Amino acid sequence: MTVASTPPSSPRLHVITLTVNGTPLTAAVEPRRSLLDCLRDDLHLHGTHVGCEHGVCGCCNVILDGEVVRACLIFAAQVDGSTITTVEGLETPEGLSPLQAAFCEHHGLQCGFCTPGMLITLTDLLANNPRPTEQEVIDAVSGNLCRCTGYQQILEAAHSAIARSQG
Amino acid sequence: MKPAPFELQTVHSVEDVLTLLADAEREVKVLAGGQSLVPLMNFRLARPAVLVDLNRLPELQYIHERDGGLAIGAMTRQSALEHSELVARLAPLLAESLPFVAHTPIRNRGTLGGSLAHADPAAELCTVALALDATLVARSGRGERVIGVDEFFVGPFTTSLQADELLTEIRLPMFSPGAGWAFEEVARRRGDFAMVGVAAVLQLDREGSIALARLAYTSMGPRPLRAPHGERALVGQVPTAEMFVRAAELAMADLEPGDDFHATRAYRLQVGQALTTRALQRALERAQSTARRTGHQAT
Repeated sequence: MTVASTPPSSPRLHVITLTVNGTPLTAAVEPRRSLLDCLRDDLHLHGTHVGCEHGVCGCCNVILDGEVVRACLIFAAQVDGSTITTVEGLETPEGLSPLQAAFCEHHGLQCGFCTPGMLITLTDLLANNPRPTEQEVIDAVSGNLCRCTGYQQILEAAHSAIARSQG
Repeated sequence: MKPAPFELQTVHSVEDVLTLLADAEREVKVLAGGQSLVPLMNFRLARPAVLVDLNRLPELQYIHERDGGLAIGAMTRQSALEHSELVARLAPLLAESLPFVAHTPIRNRGTLGGSLAHADPAAELCTVALALDATLVARSGRGERVIGVDEFFVGPFTTSLQADELLTEIRLPMFSPGAGWAFEEVARRRGDFAMVGVAAVLQLDREGSIALARLAYTSMGPRPLRAPHGERALVGQVPTAEMFVRAAELAMADLEPGDDFHATRAYRLQVGQALTTRALQRALERAQSTARRTGHQAT
C-alpha cells in the first residue's frame, strides 16, 4: 500500500516575546497559533476562555497594546513585542479590582464562562470612558455573549463599580 | 476549529507585499485586520499557503484631507475612522455607519480596506463606499490602477482586484454644501450583520430641488447595490414625503434580496422600503440644515 498524501513539512516556528500582565514571556509558535491558544497553551494563562473561535462570543477578549481585541482572531506571531492584559492581570495589589469585586457582590457571573471577556470589555470601557451612560455600557457588552443570559446582574455590577469610582 | 498550516510573512514595505503577491505558484493572501479572513481560516473555508501580514505597514494607515474629500490608507482601522474628526467632518455618512459594524474589539482590528476587499454583501462599509462614490487605488508589480467603486464589487466576496493587486487607498470625494446623508439598518442584535441596510445621499440645488440622489443597500443582493429607479424618481424634484415613499417603492424593484436563515426576501423588501423612506427624510433634513448653515440655498 502506498501513501498518497505528501507529509506536511514541519512549519517554521516564530519566537516571540509578549509582555503579559507586566511580565515578559517568550514562546515559539507556529504561524497558525492564535494569540488565544498561545496565552493558554504556551504561556499557561487559562483565564482567557476559548468560546466560538470566530470572533462572535467575546470570551477571549484581551487588551492588546491598550485596545480590546478578540484573541482568537489574531495570530500570536503577528504581535511579537506587544503588551497584553488578560483577566489574570486585572487584580490590584489590594486584591480584586473594583469591577471584579462588584461582579462578586451583584452576582455578575453564573457559570463564569463569559466572565473573563466581560471583565476585560468593561475594564477597557471604563479606562476610556469612566462615566459611561447606561446605553454605552449595554453597547459595550453587546459584543460579549452570556449563555446563562445573566446580563442584568452584569450591568448592575458595572453600574455599581462606576458609581463607586465616582465616590 | 484551528486553521490549516500556512507560512506567515511579515513585511516592511508595500513593495515587499507586491513581490510576494506576484508569486503565481502558491495561494498568497494578504492579512489585514483578520476579522473576516481568520474566521474563514478557522472554519477551513480559506486555506491560503502564504499569509502576508500588513499590520506592520504604517504607510497604509492614514486619514488625509485631499481636494476637500478624504484619502484613507487601506489599513486604517475602523475604530480610527470612528474617532476621527476629519471623517466626522468630511465623510459623516461613513462616521454614522461605523457603530453598526460589529463591536469595538472587531473595529479595533478591522480595517476599511479589508472590509471592502472582503466584499461581504452584508457589510456596511461596502455600501457606504458605493453611496459615497468612492475611488479605490490598487497597486501591483505592473503599476497603479484607479478603480471606480461601481466596477469594484463584482459578486459575493468577489471584487475586480487581480490576484497580484493590493488595495492601498480609498478616496472619498468632497461632500458638497447642500448634501445630506443617512444610514439606516435593521439587524437581529446590535452589531450583527444587517438584514437590511441603506445609505442615502441627497444633494439639493439652490432652489431646494434634488440635484443628486444616491441609494445604496446592504444585504439586498449578491453585492452592494444602488437603486437607479429609486434615484431617478428623486432627481429634479422638490422633495416631499409622498415622493420619498414612491421612490422607496421604486427602489425595491432594483434590488435582489434572497431568502436565508436571517430573513425572507419579502421581509427584506418590506423593511428596505420603510428604511429607505426614513433615510431619505433624515438625509433631507440634514441637507436643508447644511444648506442653511452655509448659505447655499437662495431662499
